[in-house]
Amino acid sequence: MTDSVFPSPAAGDSTRSDRWKPNRSLSKLSQRSVVILFGAFAMVSVATTIGIISTLLFETIEFFLEVSPLHFFTATRWTALFANPSFGVIVLLCGTFLTSFIGLLLAIPLGLLAAVCLSEYAPRNLRAVLKPALELLAGIPTVVFGYFALLMVTPFLQNIVPGLSVFNSLSAGIVLGFAILPTIASLSEDAIFAVPQSLRQGCYALGATKRETVTGVVLPAALSGIVSSIILGVARAVGETMIVTLAAGQSPTLTLDPRVSVQTMTSFIVQVTKGDAPYGSIEFKTLFAVGMTLFVITLLLNILSFWFVRKFQEKYE
Amino acid sequence: MNPIDPQAQGLGLPETGNFKPQLERRYKFDQIFKIISWAATFSAIAVLAILLIGVLSEGIPKLSLEFLTAPPSRKAEQAGIWPAFLGTIALLLITAASAIPLGVGTGIFLQEFAQDSKLAKVIEINISNLAAVPSIIYGMLGLFVFARLLEPMTGGRSIFSAGLTLALLILPVIIVSTRESLKAVPDSIRMAGMALGATRWQTVRIHVLPLAIPGILTGTILALSRAIGETAPIIVVGAAAFVPFAPEFSVEGFREPAFTAMPIQIFNWISRPQEEFHAIAASAIIVLLMVLLVMNTTAIVLRNRFQSNR
Repeated sequence: MTDSVFPSPAAGDSTRSDRWKPNRSLSKLSQRSVVILFGAFAMVSVATTIGIISTLLFETIEFFLEVSPLHFFTATRWTALFANPSFGVIVLLCGTFLTSFIGLLLAIPLGLLAAVCLSEYAPRNLRAVLKPALELLAGIPTVVFGYFALLMVTPFLQNIVPGLSVFNSLSAGIVLGFAILPTIASLSEDAIFAVPQSLRQGCYALGATKRETVTGVVLPAALSGIVSSIILGVARAVGETMIVTLAAGQSPTLTLDPRVSVQTMTSFIVQVTKGDAPYGSIEFKTLFAVGMTLFVITLLLNILSFWFVRKFQEKYE
Repeated sequence: MNPIDPQAQGLGLPETGNFKPQLERRYKFDQIFKIISWAATFSAIAVLAILLIGVLSEGIPKLSLEFLTAPPSRKAEQAGIWPAFLGTIALLLITAASAIPLGVGTGIFLQEFAQDSKLAKVIEINISNLAAVPSIIYGMLGLFVFARLLEPMTGGRSIFSAGLTLALLILPVIIVSTRESLKAVPDSIRMAGMALGATRWQTVRIHVLPLAIPGILTGTILALSRAIGETAPIIVVGAAAFVPFAPEFSVEGFREPAFTAMPIQIFNWISRPQEEFHAIAASAIIVLLMVLLVMNTTAIVLRNRFQSNR
């Protein structure tokens, strides 16, 4: 009998696992510690979000203890750094709106057309060259675009547009547009390229031309991807800093005239941090109140994008 | 049989004469649309070309060994980029040292250990939210948390604070690319590992991770190259001070509460009214773009080798 070879188990029938017990406590311990460690790493990204919100909230509340929210949102003058300060954030919002609007006016149509061209018209091998080239444009640091706007585009535009000052929202907006164009083009191209070929063929079979197929079938089918790429573009335009700081200047004026200097929320933040505002001063708190406004705007855009994608996403086999 | 058009009869439609194909007009419109969309694509490429040519023609004449090795100066002719260059390298080191373990660890956790759990869903939504937050907001986080609350550890507005801020900024990108690379490793490898009695972590460490590393590296290098071009967050954390000395590559040197980096230096020079400084800003941009080019090329070479090996 085999019982004579192996010592018989104390109780129950003998299963193999009773006899073969590799000592794996070490590997189990290392697995446990790795899961705990990496789980803690994963918490860092959650902590970042909490950190951003609480940082902004903390100083913003301090700010609103000194300045009434009513004044903040309704006053029409922004003189935060002067002796007799007035905090009308509308002025900065207007600056941000103006530069972003000019940029998006350029980036949305051009970006979408470029996406259509790459996906529908460009031959495969040309697409393989053009798409990385566009993404190269996206990889250029924004401070380089700032150089481009201030020192190359503005002097050029001054020959064409009369009364254009050195710092202006027109050239900042135009360059901003080219800076966010690749984002919109590349992401919408992904969405357009993913539309199944059968939809296009079905449309051709009904006698539509290529353009009618693109605008009538392909673009609506890719709508959710296109809209979320545009919303991301808007968020980038609103949060873009270096281009507007360098090219649009630092003078907070409530105007929609693209020829004069304006100050955006982001360029105000740069202006204050450059000036080394002491902790606890009203300037320092203003910084965070403006940051909070900017954060809330991008958060709302993000939520809008999520909602839109969930509501309109088309699923194809 | 009868005079009705056989095609119309086949479709069962009466010939009304209301439908006019107008093919000529439609094709012409098609052609215009096609030309406009090509023009849009090339306008973007043309802007890229104009920008590069402009920067090169402005900056190359000033580019010299002296420019690379001299400290910044109040005089444009003597100014150089050495401290800023070293500052960028130091930032890169700190950012990489903190963002890579955190990002890759999180990616492994989410993809291999916590897949489909509720926690993973929450973190996933959180990460996609973080990716859309403007970089300047990260700068304010860094200013408040690293430069102010943790001042005893980071030394205030130092390279440490700025590097950690950039690390948080690129963390989502590294996490996502780690997950994508792990996803691309076939499941059969995991199953084989575990069938042989390895623990999950042993399988991941010995079999899955080595296959995913080229992909992770590509994503990480691209993320780091984005980090060193970022200007707004490090200006907010570090202020754009005039720093004529190079950072010392030591813990103490990184905790020095004043530093500079290439994007800050470029920003400073562009902001000055004198044209000589604009020219050396262009030279500095060329140096920055060269660094980015080297990093991106490395990433692309890695990706190609990875793809041809599979």
